[in-house]
Amino acid sequence: MLNQYIGIVFMGGLAVLVAGVILVFSHLLGPRRVDPVKASPYECGVLTIGPTHETIPIKYYIVAMLFLVFDLEVVYLYPWATVFRDLGGFAFVEMLVFVFILLMGLIYVWRKGALEWE
Amino acid sequence: MEFVYFLIETAIKVIVVFAVVMLAVAYMTWVERKVLGHIQVRYGPNRVGPYGLLQPIADGIKAFFKEEVIPEKADKVVYVMAPAIPLVASLSIFSVIPFGETVRILGREVKLCIADVDIGLLFVFAMASLGEYGIVLGGWSSYNKYGLMGALRAAAQMVSYEIALGITVLGILMLSGTLNLSEIVRQQIEGHWFVLYQPFAFILFLICMFAEINRTPFDMPEAESELACGYNIEYSSMKFAMFFMAEYAHLLAASSLVTVLFLGGWDGPWLPPGLSWVWFVVKVGLLAFFAVWVRGTYPRLRYDQIMKLGWKILIPLALANVLFTGLFMVV
Repeated sequence: MLNQYIGIVFMGGLAVLVAGVILVFSHLLGPRRVDPVKASPYECGVLTIGPTHETIPIKYYIVAMLFLVFDLEVVYLYPWATVFRDLGGFAFVEMLVFVFILLMGLIYVWRKGALEWE
Repeated sequence: MEFVYFLIETAIKVIVVFAVVMLAVAYMTWVERKVLGHIQVRYGPNRVGPYGLLQPIADGIKAFFKEEVIPEKADKVVYVMAPAIPLVASLSIFSVIPFGETVRILGREVKLCIADVDIGLLFVFAMASLGEYGIVLGGWSSYNKYGLMGALRAAAQMVSYEIALGITVLGILMLSGTLNLSEIVRQQIEGHWFVLYQPFAFILFLICMFAEINRTPFDMPEAESELACGYNIEYSSMKFAMFFMAEYAHLLAASSLVTVLFLGGWDGPWLPPGLSWVWFVVKVGLLAFFAVWVRGTYPRLRYDQIMKLGWKILIPLALANVLFTGLFMVV
């Protein structure tokens, strides 16, 4: 049964190989005319002002943290959904309780304004 | 000996699927430009070959002979590697997608699926999330303000919609009771297509899919009119083309997944079992066409609207879908 996974390895390997060949060939075939202006950050012809890696808005960090919590919730639900047909009503109620608690979390971050992007 | 035959069979399947997918990816660029052209009452590519059919090849050759510009402040290793990540990830998805009925070739039972694994669906999601790294790393490592902004937006948007996407699929899992993609298709052939049981999940899945693969109306990471080009702004030559190829490979992979989960995979009338894969190709093609059509029809959403739609509308709706599916199954 594990033999099946060989196909994935083959496919991934071939994809890596082809990607590598493309990178190497475009490196070898293309011309190289080094120029300090060309190598500077492109901003539609205007010289860049200040540091490029500026501070990142806190919103993105919040989204990242929320993603971790809720994606874990989804991962928990997967095995439950897969065997749901055999488990029936009791498992359904149990999962309702679990999802309800996490839904409270969603409502909490919603009310706190963590999902607002203005 | 049997094992050697199995290896040869797998290798042949890998090469065939790889070639077909790469060809389809190349011609998706042609289809997109042609269809968008006609939607906007112009011709689209029509100079290279009949109907512009050789345009993708000309583009490929051109990209190879273009200069590679590497920004001096870029993180060189990450910058060079980033375009390969989404391409490899999206191509790997095709290794678990079942294309057709088992056929007999040279006296051997050949499954039209490279790796018929039990965790097919999980693997697809894992690879789809892996593709995000390429976009984020590419935007970050090129040391450009637009690139960084595009990468950040892409990261936040894709992770947000991944949750809704994951919850949407739960309905299918509850009905089928398996993560094996060929088994899911088989159940639809014996019963009805899951789109009939889960029409709501189908619509939610399509919306999340467009956001996951960064297509209009969710093409925020690129947003030509605001970010110039977004995460791939500093990329040139074949590295730029690889991001492009990855995008179309992702679109085709997502269309294949929708076909497998909702539209009965290779199920269809009239054709003999040996040609069942034709139906699969037709369905994937129609979905890909639909994606181009959507791009030609709808404007881009604003970023706050995208995040609001993902968190405040799609996640509750997806949870409601799971709730009602469960209720129907229990009662």
